[in-house]
This record gives sequence, C-alpha cells and structure tokens, in this order.
Amino acid sequence: MREHLKSCAQAVLDGESEIAEELARLTLEKKMDLLEVIENGFVAGIREVGKLWEEGILFLPELVMGAEAMKAAMELLQPALETEGSDREKVGHVVIGTIEGDIHDIGKTLVATMLSANGFKITDLGADVPAVRFVDEAEKNDADCIAISALLTTTMPGQKKVIEELDKRSMRSRVKVMVGGAPCDEKWAAEIGADGYAGDAVAAVSLARSLTGRG
Amino acid sequence: MSVIPRVTWFSDDDRNKIIDEAKQILEELGVFVENEEARELLDGAGAKIDGNRAYIPTAIVEKALETAPGRVLLYDRHGEIAMDLGGDRIHFNPGSAALRIFDRDSGDARTPVTADVIRYARLTDALPGYAAQSTGVIPGDVPENIADSYRVFLGLLHSTKPVVTGTFRVEAFAVMHSMLSAVAGGEKALRERPNAIFDCCPSPPLSWSDLTCQALIDCARAGLPAELVSMPLTGATSPVTLAGAVTQHCAENLSGITIHQLAHAGSPIIYGGSPACFDMKKGTTPMGAIETMMIDGAYAEVGKALGVPTHAYMALSDSKPVDYQAGMETAMGAIVAAMSGVNNISGPGMLDFESCQSLEKLVLDNEICCMALRLTAGIELRDDPVALPVIAAGIEKKEFLSLPHTKKWFRQEAYMPGDVIERGSLEQWRANGKKTAFDRAGDQVDRLLETHEVELLDAEVKKHITGLMIEESKKAGMDKLPST
Ligand code: B12
Repeated sequence: MREHLKSCAQAVLDGESEIAEELARLTLEKKMDLLEVIENGFVAGIREVGKLWEEGILFLPELVMGAEAMKAAMELLQPALETEGSDREKVGHVVIGTIEGDIHDIGKTLVATMLSANGFKITDLGADVPAVRFVDEAEKNDADCIAISALLTTTMPGQKKVIEELDKRSMRSRVKVMVGGAPCDEKWAAEIGADGYAGDAVAAVSLARSLTGRG
Repeated sequence: MSVIPRVTWFSDDDRNKIIDEAKQILEELGVFVENEEARELLDGAGAKIDGNRAYIPTAIVEKALETAPGRVLLYDRHGEIAMDLGGDRIHFNPGSAALRIFDRDSGDARTPVTADVIRYARLTDALPGYAAQSTGVIPGDVPENIADSYRVFLGLLHSTKPVVTGTFRVEAFAVMHSMLSAVAGGEKALRERPNAIFDCCPSPPLSWSDLTCQALIDCARAGLPAELVSMPLTGATSPVTLAGAVTQHCAENLSGITIHQLAHAGSPIIYGGSPACFDMKKGTTPMGAIETMMIDGAYAEVGKALGVPTHAYMALSDSKPVDYQAGMETAMGAIVAAMSGVNNISGPGMLDFESCQSLEKLVLDNEICCMALRLTAGIELRDDPVALPVIAAGIEKKEFLSLPHTKKWFRQEAYMPGDVIERGSLEQWRANGKKTAFDRAGDQVDRLLETHEVELLDAEVKKHITGLMIEESKKAGMDKLPST
C-alpha cells in the first residue's frame, strides 16, 4: 500500500495523466481503501505540486499538468466513492466564472483548474456570465462558494451585482463569495462585501479552503 | 540620405512560410466569430460558415490585403498631420487603459481620479517624444461603465494630440465617435482627417468576441483607423515557440483585416498587437521579457511584408515602482521597436503589465523615445569630403569647439536631453541634492504641469462634447461630472 500511495503522488507530481488513471483503476480493481488512496496518494501529490510551485521550483505547465493528472484520477475514483457512500468529508462546491461583459478567462480557468485539482467540485460557467446566472447555478448545485473573475474596470461592478442577487434571494449566509482579476484587490473585496480576494491561483485555493472549511 | 538602422528577424523564405501557414490556418482551422454581422460579411464573400466558425479562403484574405491602405495618417486638433504610419517611420504614444496610477508621495500604485487623467493628458501634450496621446488611465471617480468614453472626453479637452483609444462596451462607440467628430469638425472631416485610433483585440487563439468585432466593423464604416491588438501568450493562448506565436498572430491579424475590409474596403487598419512571452513561474504576461520584444519585432516585419502599417505594445515595463527594472525594460523595448520600424509604439509611462501609469515615468520615457527617434534618423554624411577639411582645421586650432563647422551641426547631430538625464559632474550632482532620476522626473512633472499651456478647445465644441458626456453619465446614474 505504501508503495502504491507513493506512486499515486508521484504520478500527479510528474503530471502523468495516463499513469494516474492506471493507478486509479488499480485502486478500484484491488478494492483498496479509496479515502486512503485519495488523501495520502493523489491529494498528497497535488499539495506537493502547489508547494513546489510556490517555492519557484515547478513552473506553470508542470502545475497545470499535475492538476490534469489529479483530475483524471478523480474522475474514476469520485463515482466509486459516491456509490460506496464513503463520507470523505463533503467536498466544497465552487461555482466560478468571469463576469458579464468580460471575456478574459485565462486567469479564471487557472483558478478553476487548481481548485478542482485540490478536491473542490467545480462548476465553470466560462466567461461573460450574467450575475443572475452565478446565483442560479449556486442555488441549483447547492454550492458553498461563488468565485468571480473580472479584468476590466467596466465589469468590476458586476461582482457586486452577484452579491446583491444573493442578498435578494436570502442566500448570502450560505454562499461565500471570492473575487479576483487584475483590477481587484483586498480593498475592493471589502468594499463590495465579498468574503475574500486572492491574487493568484494557488492563493485562491487557500482562500477557498479557509472560506469553506473544505477542499 | 542616411540609412535607417534596422534589424531583420527572418530570411525571406522563413517569413513567407509563416505568412503562407497563417493563410492556411484561416482556411483549415478557421476563426471563431461571435458577431453575426461579421459572419454575414464573410459568408457573402465566400467563406465557409459552420456555426460561429468561419473558414476563410486565401483569395478573400489576399483581396483584403490589396484594399487595405499601406499608409495611415493621423491628425491633431488643428488638422495637421501628427502621425504618418507606414514604411519604417516610428511614433510613440503612452500605453493605454491603465487601471492604476503610481503615486509619487506614497511610493505605491493607487486608483486614479479625474484630476490624474487631466494631468496625464496635459503632460503628454507637453512632451515632444509623443506623437499621440492615449486614453491612458481609467478614473475611479465616475461610474465604471462610462470609463471608456469619459477618458476620451478628458483627453480631447486637455491635449491637442490625436488619441489612441478603444471601447470597453459596444454602446460606447457611438458617443466616442460623436465627440471625436465634434472636435474634427464633423463626421466627414473626421473621415478625411481622423484624430483617433481604436484598438480592437481578437481573443487568442483565433477568435473574435462580439464587442471587439463590432468595434472593428464600426471603425471601418466610420473611416476611423482600427488597430488590431492580437496577443498570443506563448504556451498559454498560443504555441510556446516564438515562431508559432508570430504565425498565430499573423493569422489573427489577417482575419481582422479581412472582416474590416469586407465592412468597408479601403478603410485604414493597423497590423498590431500586445503578445507576451507568458511567464511560466508567475503566470503573468511580461511586457519586459526580451522574447516578448522579439515576437513584436518579428511580427512587425511580417506586417511590413504584407504592406500594412504596424503597431506594438513596447517601451513599457513590468516593474511596480519607477526603478532600474522599469528603465531597463522600457529602453530595451523602445530600441527593439525602433530598429524593427514599428510605426506606432504604445507603452511609455506604463508599469506592471499594462496595469499602471506613472507621470514621472512618462517624463523619463520621453527621453528614451526622443533618443530612439534620434537613433532611427541614422548617421548622415553631412559633408563631402566627410571630415578631412574639418580635421585639418581642428589640427590647426588644436580644438574643435570654436570651429564654425561645430556650431553649424552640433544641434542636429546630437539630441539634447532634458534635465532628468544626469550628464553633469559629480560635484554638480552633490550640489543639486544627490537626486535620482526619479526625483528629477518628479521636479519636471511639477514644472511642466505648472508652465505648459494646452490650447483651449473651441468653446462651442467644448459645450457640445460636455453635453454628450453629461448625457452618458446620467444614463449611468451620475448627474454631475467631476470638475474638469
Ligand atoms: C490577455 C489579455 C486579453 C486577452 C484575453 C484572452 C483570454 N482568453 O482571456 C484579450 C485579447 C481577449 C483581451 C481583450 C480585451 N482587453 Co485585455 N488584457 C489581457 C492582459 C494582457 C493579460 C490578462 C491575463 O490573461 N493575464 C494572465 C492571467 C493568468 O492572469 P489574471 O487574469 O490576472 O489571473 C490571475 C489572478 O488575477 C487571479 N484571478 C483571476 N481571476 C480570479 C478570480 C478569483 C475568484 C480569484 C480568487 C483569483 C483570480 O488568479 C489568476 C491566476 O494567477 C491584461 C493585462 C493585465 N495587466 O492583466 C489586459 C487588460 C486586462 N485588457 C484590457 C482591455 C482594455 C481589453 C479590451 C477591452 C481591449 C479592447 N478594447 O478590445 C478587451 C476586452 C473585451 C472584453 N469585453 O472583455 C485592459 C483593462 C483596462 C481596464 N481599465 O479595464 C488590460 C489591463 C490591459 C490594458 N491596460 O489595456 N485582453
């Protein structure tokens, strides 16, 4: 088992999606402890990837490939986990998108990839998303958190609209809101009553963890 | 005539290969076009449309290249030519649309207000290195959704130079166009003597959003120069190889030129961009990376071969304060741009990946631009024989300072920098308070803002465009504009 866990972590660290998938399949075949493999294998790998990236040792393509390998493994393990009814502490669900009128989506997609790799369930609405849709999707998916990206001065106010919409539907207490993108900062987040701001994708993961207590 | 010092990026064969492959990309992979009108134009011309994707045959692209003008002129408020874009002629303008301004007193970036935008426009007006102004900073004291038109309004009031700008929303074009027309003396005059350039960005890879495509079509119809700002980010939104990025850039620009010329053949269009060598450590888009400058210079060469004027976001920096890095990156970019013959160079004053403007840096960068302009003027032989008689006279006098020949030529041979460049002695530097370039730039900003007088805009025109702006701001829920 220890060897297996190490291989799982290594596959994520190396960004090898095919190997990660193979190891996930083996996990299922041999009926190994799913929670154990996820937590101490794959998740350990992705945490290491994030750490090495923050330390400047790994570069973005390696970070993203690691996240992709993680996703590939989880796609096989997640359904099994659910049928097994295993209570891996409920994962956080984040609805993410770039706000209406804004088509900048590179940063948003990076954030989504990293969140997903770190165990969050992601509903990615893409770019140019109306405020109401964020809230609709959060309601539909019973999401814990809405993450809104805005790269333009003209579209920033849309982030506030999402919060107003949450208020209107009395959902604000249930759903955390985090914001990001070049024109945003801590001050803006505070001004519009968001729960947090993060400046990059790895910081966004820590923020989401602390906001939702999950992931 | 002197030779303009130039760099070459590709062999003819390699350059042709890139252009051919770009055309092949448009035929085989096509472009994603959200804008219905643009799809109809392409369809009408014989492109194959499949959903939102348009596959463009090379013949249509080549026809567009034939009708696109090789030279684009921009005019100042008096109707005089301020920019002559084409050939190897270079012009600088400050970088556009910064989110923040660098605050000298706090040593940090902050949100700009109307007063900052006015200072920025007046300073640009005063500095000779800039052929045009740009709507460079976004004020935070008006509703965010009128930011695009409001900054043009302020620019027109406070500088006579033509404006490099762009829309953030489809609806903004109409009011911006009305204001520019009013200043030019009517719609027809604006068409004949345009006073603004509109940046239109395709989304990499190979896609046109509804907004930017509409701006492209609106510009074509109004006869206002459109500037394609294509931005492959290596390894993030384009191939990671520099040649791959240049090829994608070429395909994106060709698709833009095609849509634009189909909307109105013969309208002015500029082959431009703001690519970046994506930083794989930080996930950022460094404008100061040498590879970014290489892509810029290389695509300018491709644009020239295609026979259209060129543009690039160069002569700017990713540094946060105005420091060594800021000067280094800006100067490298300016020189690479100049020697690549980029016609319209946008960027001076900017910091932090196009996010921040600094008035002090604008003053310092003006020196870089003036030096780059001097460099591209090249070395002229002036006399024939070149030097022999003058050296003979010098030998006789044992110096050259008192020679009439020296007096005749020294002003034309050397660019005389302003006070921000320290060329005095150590003693003088000490006596002046041991100032850094940044300190001196601050002094210069204050001095210029105090002494420089911008010619007032005609009272009637001013009233008219103020009326237009107030209408806009009312729509956005603000009844009274900040004092301008
Ligand atoms: C690439 C780019 C584009 C590309 C976008 C391609 C794409 N698919 O996304 C294209 C060419 C399409 C584009 C178009 C335009 N752009 Co643009 N663009 C940029 C540029 C150069 C880089 C943005 C980027 O992708 N960075 C890399 C990513 C990885 O970083 P990031 O987005 O900041 O994301 C990171 C963090 O911010 C954070 N983050 C991001 N989102 C979120 C969300 C949450 C919840 C959290 C926690 C964190 C987080 O994590 C990310 C990863 O580390 C910026 C310059 C800049 N300073 O940002 C201008 C910039 C944002 N664009 C600008 C402009 C003006 C435009 C246009 C309006 C131009 C025009 N007139 O056509 C159009 C916009 C059209 C529209 N309606 O949206 C301006 C904005 C100015 C302003 N005051 O608003 C900028 C600042 C450049 C400038 N000074 O002119 N652009």
